[in-house]
Amino acid sequence: MAEFSLPANSKIKPTGKRYAAPAGATNVRAFKVYRWNPDDGANPHFDTYELDLETTGPMVLDALIRIKAEVDPTLTFRRSCREGICGSCSMNIDGTNGLACTTAIEDIKGEVKITPLPHMEVVKDLVPDFKMFYAQYASIKPWLQTVTPAPSGEERLQTVEDRSKIDGLYECILCACCSTACPSYWWNSDKFLGPAILLQAYRWLADSRDEMTGERLDMLEDPFRLYRCHTIMNCANVCPKGLNPAKAIAEIKKMMVERAV
Amino acid sequence: MAEAYKIIDHTYDAVVVGAGGSGLRAAMGIAETGLKTACITKVFPTRSHTVAAQGGIAASLGNMGPDHWTWHMYDTVKGSDWLGDQDAIEYLCREAPKAVYELEHYGVPFSRTEEGKIYQRAFGGMTQDMGNGPPAQRTCAAADRTGHAMLHALYQQSLKYDTDFYIEYFAIDLIMVNGECKGVIAMCMEDGTIHRFRAHSVVLATGGYGRCYFSATSAHTSTGDGGGMAIRAGVPMQDMEFVQFHPTGIYGAGVLITEGARGEGGYLTNSAGERFMERYAPHAKDLASRDVVSRSMAMEMREGRGVGAEGDHINLHLNHIDPAVLHERLPGISETAKIFAGVDVTKEPIPVTPTVHYNMGGIPTNYHGEVVTLKDGDPDSVVPGLFAVGEAACVSVHGANRLGSNSLIDLVVFGRATAHRIGATVKPQTNHAPLPKDSADFALGRLDGYRFSKGGSPTALVRGAMQKTMQSNAAVFRTGEVLEEGQRKIDAVYQRMADIGIADRSLIFNTDLIETLELDNMIPQAVVTMHAAAARHESRGAHMHEDYPNRDDEKFMQHSLAWFRDGGVTLAQRPVHNYTLTDEVSYIKPKARVY
Ligand SMILES: Cc1cc2nc3c(=O)[nH]c(=O)nc-3n(C[C@H](O)[C@H](O)[C@H](O)COP(=O)(O)OP(=O)(O)OC[C@H]3O[C@@H](n4cnc5c(N)ncnc54)[C@H](O)[C@@H]3O)c2cc1C
Ligand code: SF4
Ligand code: SF4
Ligand code: FES
Repeated sequence: MAEFSLPANSKIKPTGKRYAAPAGATNVRAFKVYRWNPDDGANPHFDTYELDLETTGPMVLDALIRIKAEVDPTLTFRRSCREGICGSCSMNIDGTNGLACTTAIEDIKGEVKITPLPHMEVVKDLVPDFKMFYAQYASIKPWLQTVTPAPSGEERLQTVEDRSKIDGLYECILCACCSTACPSYWWNSDKFLGPAILLQAYRWLADSRDEMTGERLDMLEDPFRLYRCHTIMNCANVCPKGLNPAKAIAEIKKMMVERAV
Repeated sequence: MAEAYKIIDHTYDAVVVGAGGSGLRAAMGIAETGLKTACITKVFPTRSHTVAAQGGIAASLGNMGPDHWTWHMYDTVKGSDWLGDQDAIEYLCREAPKAVYELEHYGVPFSRTEEGKIYQRAFGGMTQDMGNGPPAQRTCAAADRTGHAMLHALYQQSLKYDTDFYIEYFAIDLIMVNGECKGVIAMCMEDGTIHRFRAHSVVLATGGYGRCYFSATSAHTSTGDGGGMAIRAGVPMQDMEFVQFHPTGIYGAGVLITEGARGEGGYLTNSAGERFMERYAPHAKDLASRDVVSRSMAMEMREGRGVGAEGDHINLHLNHIDPAVLHERLPGISETAKIFAGVDVTKEPIPVTPTVHYNMGGIPTNYHGEVVTLKDGDPDSVVPGLFAVGEAACVSVHGANRLGSNSLIDLVVFGRATAHRIGATVKPQTNHAPLPKDSADFALGRLDGYRFSKGGSPTALVRGAMQKTMQSNAAVFRTGEVLEEGQRKIDAVYQRMADIGIADRSLIFNTDLIETLELDNMIPQAVVTMHAAAARHESRGAHMHEDYPNRDDEKFMQHSLAWFRDGGVTLAQRPVHNYTLTDEVSYIKPKARVY
């Protein structure tokens, strides 16, 4: 999990800047953060920021925001909702992918090492490039597809039981923590759709209102798109929303087998 | 100036700024009419703040009991404390069921009833039979993740349509030519290129400005950029003194616990364990309107009955509700309470406090989404080419106090109405008049000025000063003295913008610069909020002025308009629309508001 892709011809220098905690700090914690700005010509490196946890909010995102506000305004990262629902602040914290806004500093021992999501191009500091991830998402046609026209002036009916089949699927926030923790995705990210997108593919296969099951399965019937998952389970272990992409992938494989007989 | 930055030109029939619920619905509708449409957004669409909405979306489907759109209308008018425009409210409530069915057809995973219909829950201020009956279950829900379910479905649908998305582009300023809007200037955050969008119609769907306050349930990106752009274009803001405090923000973290928690049977207690809402709202109790509940909580704390060592919060109980129900209907907030308050909701109460949540005020529009202003004595004078929807706009359907679940429905109903209006007024392939040579100069001047600013005040410092001033001087309870001081203080904070100094000069994903532009959008709105509050000598909805504790319809059943120019505020009034849209419902006359 500690791997991440570096810009060409670059190495991480062992030391960057160190910003000491203010005098009188009683509960000091160091945050070692990956830095790279394509504009300044410098190689990627780690800067270390010490904060007094007594006066810092509880989450890793609170620490990053405090560093940006009070120590180093050039530190760059994405954030929006600060409550684990928008999927902006996914990054690698202490060797594990997660959301900075719901990861408690207290749960990490010692120095907190923060890097961008592994194996994605880096735009700047902790901001990875999501373009390919989004394109893969669009490729599975992630919208309700039906042949039967929608009833006019009322909803389509769905039983409580059928609706419950998409629980654990629709809640995905597209943070890419799972996909960027998946070794198969690291090495085949151009062809293998990866756990996040496959979970979404299954979300539509599992929705009783959708009528394109056959077409959706055809699209996934390919040596790479689906079958590169070797059930390594990293994805389910890191999902900050407690979802299980590996299980969804297994369900798709089961559907493939069932329709073959 | 323009030479220093590379400008890339685009031409569209319509450009939507914002990809939250309102922006996506508008963009989709415009594209559907065959117009060439672009949607610009500073965050990837599904990361917009709409994703955080929890409780649900209001529409009188009647799936759980009798309901009618006129009942919804009555509740909305009463909730607004008669400051809402009744033509717009009629439109909202009448169109609401259609809009919800449309969302279901788009694939929104609504929770279901035993018959397989959309599940609806009780929400504050929603009643049956024109306020005479019991609570109405009107709020359509996808568990407690309705905003997420809706925003993802809208984005998924928009992938089907021919809309060009410009993602992580930050809109800086409108292009105004002789009082007409002709387009917008934006910066691509990834590489710093400047993009000039020429368009016949520009729709501002940029969300609220909750981050003017120190503690808010809204996202860090809720910085009211559309309002900032409109103010600089000479457009007034409307009803800005009405800031909604949600009763149940988690104490400390400010993260929201949906009103749906009380809709499913949750209740509030003070330090004596008393269900105090019974005293303040004998009828509706914990499901009274938000302004009423927040004020009651603040009163309990002020009188020494707050919970905790400092007596500065209130308990919200869900622990009496069947864990299976919590699991099915409130899974999201159960998780949130665990993460942000360390509370197991099946066992302990959640510590909560009233927290800034929603801006009733915004850019004034009519029910077609057209921006209006007061001009030559005409209070409904349309600003050609400019539209606003969603929380950025003030239609006004929420008046002095929005009812819970009425925002999500506002987004889709008026997003669609705006699309219809643009579709009806712009012909595809209409020629564009050439833009003046200096059309980008204003925006680039501001951008460049901040990018190389070397003053002594870092952005975060000025932002902090603004947020603290708003938090202490424009809170739940207001007095003449506090607002007087607030005006002086916020004006002084505004002066500090001249002394801003930023550290990052790069053009690549420069969030130091973006946060500064956001602050420059927020600060005039903070100023007009304070000034409009000081000028409203009455108490109505969310604006509680203790020197004037009563509503004064004679003098103040009026929208307030506020222009901000060269550091100064100009105020005016605009009449509330005291008429409905059709004869099918008659004007709901003002009366005392009791719950
Ligand atoms: C925690 C929470 C829960 C809520 N729950 C409910 C609920 O249950 N029911 C209900 O009815 N309401 C609820 N609300 C209110 C409701 O969610 C919001 O009012 C609504 O989602 C606002 O939507 P919007 O489309 O106006 O803007 P937003 O969703 O805020 O989107 C703004 C968009 O504008 C873009 N943007 C902004 N500035 C720029 C710029 N300068 N350049 C480019 N793009 C820009 C952003 O990228 C974003 O796409 C809740 C609010 C909160 C805070
Ligand atoms: S289970 Fe499959 S998708 Fe998940 S991490 Fe392993 S290989 Fe990747
Ligand atoms: S499945 Fe989980 S980890 Fe993967 S993108 Fe969705 S929310 Fe993120
Ligand atoms: S900021 Fe939205 S998920 Fe962390």
